[in-house]
This record gives sequence, structure tokens and C-alpha cells, in this order.
Amino acid sequence: MNRYRAAAPATLRIVPLDALTLIYHRASGITHIVDSPVPEILEALAGEALAVPVLLARLAERFELADGEAEALAARLDELAAAGLVERL
Amino acid sequence: MRHATALRIGPVGFRLGSDWPGPVAAIDDLYAGYPQPLDGIPDFTVRLFAARPWRRWLRPSVHIGGDYVLPDAAPLPLALGLIAAEMGMNLQMALGQRRYLLLHASAVERDGRALLMTGISGAGKSTLAALLMARGWRLMGDEFALVDPETGLVHAFPRLISLKNEAIPVMEAALPGARFGPRLEGTPKGTIRHLVPDAGSLAAMDAPAVPALILFPRYGFATETREVLPSETFLWLTQASTNYVALAERGFDALTRLVTQVPARALDYPDTDSAIAEVERLWASL
Amino acid sequence: MGLAVSGARILADALRAPETALRLDAAGWTALIAMARAEQLAGTLAHRLEGLAVPGAAACILADARASAAQGQTAALWEAEMARRALAPLEMPVVLLKGTAFAAAGLSAGMGRSIGDLDILVPRGRIGEAEAALIAAGWEWVKPDPYDDLYYRRWMHELPPLIHRERDRMIDVHHTILPLTARITPDAEALIADSVVLADGLRVLSPPDMICHAAAHLFADGDLAGGLRNLWDIHCLIGESGTQGLEARAAHHGLSAAVARAGRLSHALFGSAVPQAWRRTAGADALYLRRMLARDGWGRATRRLTRMGFYIRSHAIRMPPAMLARHLWTKWRKGHVPG
Repeated sequence: MNRYRAAAPATLRIVPLDALTLIYHRASGITHIVDSPVPEILEALAGEALAVPVLLARLAERFELADGEAEALAARLDELAAAGLVERL
Repeated sequence: MRHATALRIGPVGFRLGSDWPGPVAAIDDLYAGYPQPLDGIPDFTVRLFAARPWRRWLRPSVHIGGDYVLPDAAPLPLALGLIAAEMGMNLQMALGQRRYLLLHASAVERDGRALLMTGISGAGKSTLAALLMARGWRLMGDEFALVDPETGLVHAFPRLISLKNEAIPVMEAALPGARFGPRLEGTPKGTIRHLVPDAGSLAAMDAPAVPALILFPRYGFATETREVLPSETFLWLTQASTNYVALAERGFDALTRLVTQVPARALDYPDTDSAIAEVERLWASL
Repeated sequence: MGLAVSGARILADALRAPETALRLDAAGWTALIAMARAEQLAGTLAHRLEGLAVPGAAACILADARASAAQGQTAALWEAEMARRALAPLEMPVVLLKGTAFAAAGLSAGMGRSIGDLDILVPRGRIGEAEAALIAAGWEWVKPDPYDDLYYRRWMHELPPLIHRERDRMIDVHHTILPLTARITPDAEALIADSVVLADGLRVLSPPDMICHAAAHLFADGDLAGGLRNLWDIHCLIGESGTQGLEARAAHHGLSAAVARAGRLSHALFGSAVPQAWRRTAGADALYLRRMLARDGWGRATRRLTRMGFYIRSHAIRMPPAMLARHLWTKWRKGHVPG
């Protein structure tokens, strides 16, 4: 199963603004404007690489998650991997 | 090159070379009161040249070159040499400016504090800035505002104010004593006439200002003002900046500081009188 | 301006011996900066002059150039990283070339260097797999034109260029370092076999191969445009890795003449430490030097006649004559200007 790892925290400048959060990614020089739960996903994946079910369980401790969230989360992770904020291992 | 001049607009020095005398003479005339580049070393070189030697005389068409160029920039007829020179300088700023975060915005100042106006083309940011200048505000620039990433201050770039089409009679009426350039018909943007910023604006061009209000004006609607969230302002201003990405983390810091510290409003207006009244009202309420 | 006579010599001098720039007056600085920008050497010059007591306005311009180059390198290295991620599952050697390689390996040639497209070298037999993986990761064709596509695939040393749909950056995937139409065919397998692996798993060419490639690139690619920068690369590479084993390696790739000329020119302009035999110019070297220094104080290309000669020559090297005619004809019919 694919595991995912977030960019190292030292490479990210995260500035919450209002509803949205700015992320400046030092390694790429790219600025991302993101909504929740992207900052939370990055935080959960900062220390170690996780598979989707494990990540889902971690996020469930902090958020109310509905059924079918696993697929949605996998889709978000693929978007984040395409943006380079998360690496698929 | 055969004909050359140099000038400084705010903190930015330019050198202009031309195969023809006309564009240099026009620039020297309208920029007569401007200083020289610092240390005699301009930041940017602009070249106006003929693609082939004989095209200096035969259907002369002015190609715009310089340190930074767009490969597909179309040439202009020699009669529009002044516009070519202005476009060449704008191009250097848009493509080459790396010291300041460059915002495609007009800026005016009062009491050391700056009002920035940006938004879609045709929103009237240039005209509104010129009208505010006519009411005693200091014009910092009608096209580019320069944000210093180190200080967060806005630096002036008071080039000639480029008036287009309907804005020309409006400003001729508002500032009957001002210096205007020639009426240039048939430009890519219609008729253009340049307005020289007033003496106070030129004398103070080296004084930066603290940004105090960001406006997104929109012409053609009933007067309405709406608060713009920092994230939305951030997104708009990245679109309005040609060098945000090139400035890397300095650009991020500068823009983040700007949108978190300076209030932003969208301003719809039906006519310039309403817009000016609304700007004065917003300014007084800060 | 009188500077047209000496051309970009003040730029070459400032790169070789930065203190020579301190003799410049305001007009000299203005010319130096315009030439450096025109030759894509502003960042390199800025690094060479860092710490010297230059005039204030020049110091600001040079600081901007250093920051700009740093940002360019971040973006270039990120493209390499994204390509690495896309190609990692294939477990094939991926060799970075040119500017990205210099920056990734931390070489002096990378200091302040402007970097354009990402160039990578992969084994010829696996280039199709690489192409598929890159397309799956968001890269797309730049040239949908079937003639161009066929031309690239049959005759060039690379896939048709791909561009990333989000980041808008190009990647050139090569399987050797010269077009297949060129008479010289470097040993691509040896280039890959002897490449050096970096910490992240990407590779760069061995030091002598880097010099061989830079020399091949200097003379075989383009019309010597950007020649001064390419020659500065060679000077830096020689300075860092020396010329031990270089001549034998160049002979192996069939690049002896190109490498020797590059060594002679680099010594002539920058004083590179090259073998004794390369310390004197020979043959058409003087013509090459004139061409490389053909800039005036406004940053304009001078000596158009010399340039045109090099343009025709460069196409002739890349393509046998009949193919050249066919290529140009196809281009003209479509309303393109050759080049």
C-alpha cells in the first residue's frame, strides 16, 4: 500500500489568514493557498510516512469524519503529491 | 546607440538608446524634471531599434529591446516612439525588477500613508490616481507600486501618467494648467495622452510611504464598498504582481505582511465623482 | 561607443579577475551589466564580484542578480526533484545534465548560473518508459506537430520537449548528448555507467564527461549563442576537477577536437589551468573568440556576418545536407523562420 510523507516542516512557511491558509514551500518556491484539512494532513505526515488508513485514524482523533472519507482523503493526498507538498513512497 | 538619454523614476534608473532622435527627444522633454540614475549606473537598458538598417527611414518601425525582452513584442510606428519608450521601460520593470515586490497598482500618498489601487484593466486606477493628485494627494505612480520587502514601505514610481481615451478630457478639465504630452492616436489601446506628475509628486519621489489602504475599484456599477479578506487580497495581489514568484520567500513575506496589516476594500462606482467621494470617506474612517 | 571594439572583453575579464571591474567608470559598469544580462551571465558575474567595493548602484543590481539566480536554482532543483519522484518507481539511472547538474552537485560552475530547461539523460532502451512515467506525472507534449515530433524522435538526441502542465517548466529527456544526425557519436552507455550518484539518488556525469559534454554543447548546439556562458562552465569544471584523463575520455567519445578547442579558448579568455598543448590558440580559435565577445556596450550582438556563418555551420553539423534542406523546406512551407 502507498505510504505518504509530507515535506519537512523546516521547508514550509505556514501562515493561517482567515478561512484559508498560506503555505510557502521553500524547496519549490511555490506558494499554495489551502483550506482545511490540508494543514492538518501536513502536520500528521510531518514526522513519519503513513498509509491512508493510519492517517485517517489519526485525523479521526481530531475531526468528525463521515463514512467514505478514505477515498476523499486518498484523492486529496494525490493532489498534494502532484503539488509536491507530499511525497508518495 | 545613435541617440541616448538616462533618467531615474523613483528608485529605478533607466538608460534609453534609440536609432532615431524622436523618441529620445520626447522622453527628454516630458521627463525634464527627473533626476539621473544613482551613481550614473542605470538599473535597466531600453533599446529602440530598426530591425534592418534601411528600416530607419523606410516605413520606420520601432522594435523594443533591452535587458529584458518579450520575443513576440510587436513593433510600433515611429510616430508612437514615445509609447515604445514607455513600453520598453515598463517591460524592464515587469520582467526584470527584483528589489521590490512590483504590484500593478496606482498609488497616492497623504500624510506619509499610501493608498494602493489595483484591479482589472479599465477599472480606472490610473484616472482615479490622477484625480486624487489634482485634489492635493501626492502621486506615487499610476502603473506600478513598489513594496520594499525589508521595510514593508511603498516606494514611488511616478512615471508619466498614461491617460487613455475618455480619461483624457476628464484630466484636461481637472488640471488645465498641467503639462501634457502629445495626443497619440491609433495606439494599440486607442488614443493616449501622457500627463506629467505635478511638481510636488516629483519633488517627493524618493520618500516612501506606509501602506494604509488597498482598493479594488470597479467602474460601471452603483456605489458599493465591500471588505476583502486577507486571503482574497493575497490571491488578487499575486495576480497583480509580475515578480512575486521571482522574489521567492522575500515576496511571500512582503505580501503576507501587506495583506495582514493593511485593510482592503472592493469599491464599485458609477462615475469618478462618486469614486473620489467614497475614497475620501474611506480614508477618513481609517 | 568605443566599447564595441573590445566587445565583451570587459565581461570576460571581470569573470576571470573580478578586481579588473573596479577600474570601470559609470559607463563601463553600465556596459558590463548590459553585456552580462545579454549573455545570461548576470548571476555568475554577481557572485564573482561579491564582497568587492563596487559603486552603490552596481552593488544593488548585483545583489538582485544573486537573489534572482538563487530563486532560479530553487525552481530548477525542484523540477529535478519532481522528475526524480516521477521516475523513481522505474529504478533507472537518471543523469542530470548542464546547469541543473552543476547546481545539484554544488559545483562552482553552478554559482549564480541561470538555468533553463531541465535536461536529463536516461538509457536509450528505457526512454519510452521514462516518457510514459513523466506524462502520468503531469508533463505534456509541447509540439503536437507530427513533422516536428517525427523529426525529434528520428534524429535528435532527445524526446520532443515536454512541459509540465502546472509548473509550466520544460524537460528534455536525452538518451545521448549529441543528435544522431551528427557525425560524432559519444558513448552514451559509458556516460551513464560512469556517472556519479548524488545523495538523493539522481546522478551527474563524471567530471571528465561533464567537460566533454560542455564542450560538445558549446560547439554543436545552437549557433554559439550563449557561448561565453558555456565556456565559463568549462573553465569552472576544469578548475575544480582538473584535466587528468580528460584527453583520453574525449578521444573515447570522438570529442578530442571539441574538448581541445574548448580548453584552448577557456585558457585564452579565463586563464584555465590546461595542458601545455592547449595554452596557445590554433586554427580558427581567434574567430571563435571574436564571436564569443561580439557584444557592444548596449548588450547588442555585433559582427552579424560572423554570426550568420556560425548559424549555417551549426545546422550543417547537426544535420547532413540533404536532411537540412528537407528540414528547412518543411519549416518554410509552414511559414516558420528557420531556427
